[in-house]
Amino acid sequence: MNKEKATVGHDPFEIEQREWKQRQSRERYKQLLTIASPIFILLLWEVLSRTGIMDIRFFPPPSAILGTFWKMIASGAIADHIGVSLYRIFLGFLAGVIPGVIIGLLMGLYSPIRHFVQPLVMALMPIPTLALLPIIIILFGIGDLSKVVTIAGSVFFPVVINTAAGVLNIDRIYLDVADNYGAGKLQFFFKIALPGALPVMLEGIQMGQAIALLTIVAAEMMGATSGIGYLIWTSYKAFLLKEMFVGLILISFFGYLFSLMLRGLQKKLLPWR
Amino acid sequence: MEKKAKIEINNLTKAFYKKQSSVTALDDISLSIEEGEFVCIVGPSGCGKTTLLRILAGLEQPSIGDFEIRSVQEGRPLQSMVFQERGVIPWLTVKENVAFGLKMRKLPKNVIQERTDYYLKKTGLDRFAHLYPKELSGGMKQRVSIARAFANDPEILLMDEPFAALDEQNKFILQEELLSIWSETKKTVLFITHSIDEALLLSDRILLMSAQPGKIIQQVKIDTPRPRTIEDIRKDPILAEQFVDIWNHLQDEVQQSRKENR
Repeated sequence: MNKEKATVGHDPFEIEQREWKQRQSRERYKQLLTIASPIFILLLWEVLSRTGIMDIRFFPPPSAILGTFWKMIASGAIADHIGVSLYRIFLGFLAGVIPGVIIGLLMGLYSPIRHFVQPLVMALMPIPTLALLPIIIILFGIGDLSKVVTIAGSVFFPVVINTAAGVLNIDRIYLDVADNYGAGKLQFFFKIALPGALPVMLEGIQMGQAIALLTIVAAEMMGATSGIGYLIWTSYKAFLLKEMFVGLILISFFGYLFSLMLRGLQKKLLPWR
Repeated sequence: MEKKAKIEINNLTKAFYKKQSSVTALDDISLSIEEGEFVCIVGPSGCGKTTLLRILAGLEQPSIGDFEIRSVQEGRPLQSMVFQERGVIPWLTVKENVAFGLKMRKLPKNVIQERTDYYLKKTGLDRFAHLYPKELSGGMKQRVSIARAFANDPEILLMDEPFAALDEQNKFILQEELLSIWSETKKTVLFITHSIDEALLLSDRILLMSAQPGKIIQQVKIDTPRPRTIEDIRKDPILAEQFVDIWNHLQDEVQQSRKENR
């Protein structure tokens, strides 16, 4: 390799620049693939559905779904469903994340608290919050509150577990540094524990966000009078499959959007990674 | 008039208790180090030299015995440690890392600023002040660690093999920089290493440690005038002799523990 370069007598920077350009175009290619994949699936669906290979009654083509979506927006029927679902997701998400972070930090920082709370978390986590929905509805009614509580209950667990793990996985040497340089309790918390735990904690919050969307749909299918889940369920029962798909695609869209937003937040909060 | 020692270690013993195998890491160590002295502890790995340093750093408690670090100026921390390479905190910028000790002690802002800037400049880190450690090379990271310790202005400095992970060239450069800062501040330094060359280059006195139980088996005074260079160490016949002497001692130690472990 080296010999070749020497005999040809190229500028080494020229060679490196060429390689850098190649890397750049490879990166662009990968980005293109990422954008292309959902478009490809939608096109395939459209074709299969239009040619009748897939049953058009069960799988209406995306263009028809889009048309239905448009009509629903125009009639104003869908805005309320979206609004009410987002409102529930947002509140439920916060109501799960905030105590999850606080209890997780306490568990990570104080081992007696960890030993006391951990068995409860481990025992309660496997119970699907949705299985508790009947009780939740009895306790909190069929309004927004029961949905918020259901989502909060599902979001709480991944957040609390990841937050505690985030604190516990901070490299010992940073604790020694803090100790050696005389960090007080508050300083230790803000300079070491919180920033050190943040990466794993944010992974938990990302997971919680996905679970919030999974939960809202199911929660709105039972004992609700509005929301995207309600839309999906009633459309299905009336065999309005285009409307049902609108609901499904909305959920998928919001899931993707929230993921992107959280990734952006992660980049902002963790410039040191 | 007798000079009072800066660090006085009295009959220090540290044992680690485990159900299967208990270990005496340090066995009845007594030691005194003068003000302004640069002392290296050399020993095979696992001889308890890090444990000794961690006890002095307040990160571990001795089983028996005690030690005293004499304070001459009020408000100064007793000791600061230069950790191994991973000791730089990744979520703080270079500047925040260097200012860490000062901030923890809640010194006035202008004092923090002034001292941080001084040591950033001194270690050639001023251009990197706002970068995160991930963007630095190993040598640069160690400069951060050294600047952090010196900026804290402690009574004594403890260094735990700070250059062990660096390549030879970087090591020489950092050793030289360390000596230059040290000669300016005249701090008392206790430095741990397993490199005899490093010990010869840096110390006023070398303490040789044996492994399990960790004891100080020999002291070597290095009177070669400063500044020393690595070439001096290679050429100087006295130092060369001392090198072989220390080498043989360590060799014996390692052989001994190998036999015992068989």
